[in-house]
Amino acid sequence: MKIFELAYYPGCSLQGTAKDYAESIIGICESLDIQLTEVPDWNCCGATAAHSIDRRASLDLVGRIFRQAAQMPQSEMLVPCPMCFNRLKTAILAQPFDQKTEDQYRIPMEKGFPKIWDTANFFATQQMMETISNKVQQPLKGLKVVCYYGCMANRPSEISDETDFENPQSLDRIVMNLGATPIAWPFKTDCCGATQVLSRPDIVSHLVGNLYDMARRVGAQAVVVSCQMCHANLDIYQEKIEADWGRRFNLPIYYFSELIGLASNVSGVEKWLSSHLTDPFPLLRELGLWNPT
Amino acid sequence: MITKDYKRRENKIEQMHQATLHPNEIFLQQLEADGKFDADVCFQCRKCTNGCPVTFAMDLYPDEVIRLVILGQREAVLKCRTIWVCAACETCTARCPNGVKIAELMDAIKERTLLERVPVPQPQILTLHRTFLKNVRKWGRAFEGTLLPAYLLRSGQFLHKWRERLWGWDIKFGWRLLYRGRFFHFPKKIRGKKEIRNILIHHKK
Ligand code: SF4
Ligand code: SF4
Repeated sequence: MKIFELAYYPGCSLQGTAKDYAESIIGICESLDIQLTEVPDWNCCGATAAHSIDRRASLDLVGRIFRQAAQMPQSEMLVPCPMCFNRLKTAILAQPFDQKTEDQYRIPMEKGFPKIWDTANFFATQQMMETISNKVQQPLKGLKVVCYYGCMANRPSEISDETDFENPQSLDRIVMNLGATPIAWPFKTDCCGATQVLSRPDIVSHLVGNLYDMARRVGAQAVVVSCQMCHANLDIYQEKIEADWGRRFNLPIYYFSELIGLASNVSGVEKWLSSHLTDPFPLLRELGLWNPT
Repeated sequence: MITKDYKRRENKIEQMHQATLHPNEIFLQQLEADGKFDADVCFQCRKCTNGCPVTFAMDLYPDEVIRLVILGQREAVLKCRTIWVCAACETCTARCPNGVKIAELMDAIKERTLLERVPVPQPQILTLHRTFLKNVRKWGRAFEGTLLPAYLLRSGQFLHKWRERLWGWDIKFGWRLLYRGRFFHFPKKIRGKKEIRNILIHHKK
C-alpha cells in the first residue's frame, strides 16, 4: 500500500538540465512507497523573470497551475524546485481565497489551495525519517558534508512557513539519518546568484566562490543541496569558478535525494550521479561507499 | 572654533529639514499602489544592506533605494543599477525589523522603469528575463534547449564571443553537458498554450 499520495509539480528545469534531480526524486519515492501524480498539463511558474518584470503574469501563471491541480483528488503537492515552491506559496498569499479568485481561476472554492511541500521539509518529517531509516542498507559512514539550502525554500518566512529560516535543519537531519556527518556552517542560506549566472557570471563567481571557500574551511568533503539552481551553479560551473579564483576546491555536489538513494541502494544512483560535471565518484570510492556490482 | 562647528552642523540640520519639509510622496504612493511594500516605515537601520550578498555590484545600497523612494527621488531610483543586479534572494525582506518588502519593492520599481521607458543600465539582465518569458509564451514551459541559444544571440554575447574568439570554453562546456546526458529533451507545447499566450500577452518579443 502506498503510504502517501501526492500531487507532483516538477517544474521546467527538472524536465531539462536537472534530470538527475528529477529521476532521483522519482526513484526514492518509488522505493519509499510514495505515489506521485504529475499535475496534468502543468505550465511554467514564471520564475524570476515573471516576478521581476510582470507581477500580474507571475500570479496568473500560478493561478492556472492551481486550477489544473484542482482536478486532482490529492490535497497535498510536492514541489522539488525551491523557485517554483516560492512562487506557488507567494501566489497563495497574494490571492486570498475568495469569490474573485474562484471566478478568475475557476478553482473550486470548497477545495481551496493544496498544501505545498518543499521536498527537503517533506523528507525531514518524523514519519518520512523513520521510513527512510528502515530502508538504509549502507550508512554513509565517514561522509562529512555541509548542507546548503539556498534562498527560495526558506525566505521570506511568512511565505515559506519556516521558523528556522536563518538556520534551517531539514537537510542536516536527513543526512544525519543516513549516517553522514553534517557540519555546521554559516552559509546555509546565502545566495548563489541563481539565474544571474547567465547575465552576470561575475556575481555568481564571487558568491559561489565564497561558499566553496567556507565549505573547505569548515572541513567539508562535499556539499548537499535540494535546489537544482544551486546545484547548477555549484556543480556545472565549478571548473570555471575555480579558474576565476585561481584555486582548486574540488567539492562534489550531491542532491539529498541522491544520497538517500545511495544509502538505500535504489537502482539508478549511478545514472543520476554520472550526469554531474564535478566528478562525484572519487570521494565515494575513497570512503568505500561506491562499489557498484 | 566650537561655534564654527556648531554653525556647520546647524546648516546641515537646516538642509535636512528642507528635505523633510518638502517630501514628494507621489512616487512612494505610486509604487505602494502596485502592492503593499510598507516602505514608509523604514527607520534606516541598514540591516537589509548589511545582509545583502550583492552590494559589491550595486550603485545604491538597498537601504538607500528605500530612502530615496520615500524622498520621492524618482530619477535616481529608476535609473539605478541596484534593482537589476539584485539577485532576489529575499535576505533583506526576511530580515527587515519593520517588515518592509524590500525585494518585492525592487521588482515593482523594475516594472515601473519599463513602463516609463527609462533606459536600463543592465540590458543583459532584462534581455534574459524577456527571452525567458518569450520562451514560456511559446511552449507553456521554459525549454532550456532554445532558451540558452536565444539568450546568447539576443544579448550579443554570441557575437562578442565569436569576434573575440572566446568560445573555446563554451564549446567544451556545451559538449560536456551533452556528453553527461543533459539537454536531451525535446520541447513539447502544453495543451493550455493559448491561456499561457494570453497571460504573457506583453511578451511577444
Ligand atoms: S532593514 Fe528595513 S528598516 Fe532597516 S534600513 Fe532596511 S528597509 Fe529600512
Ligand atoms: S533580495 Fe536583492 S537587495 Fe535584497 S538582499 Fe537579496 S540581493 Fe540584496
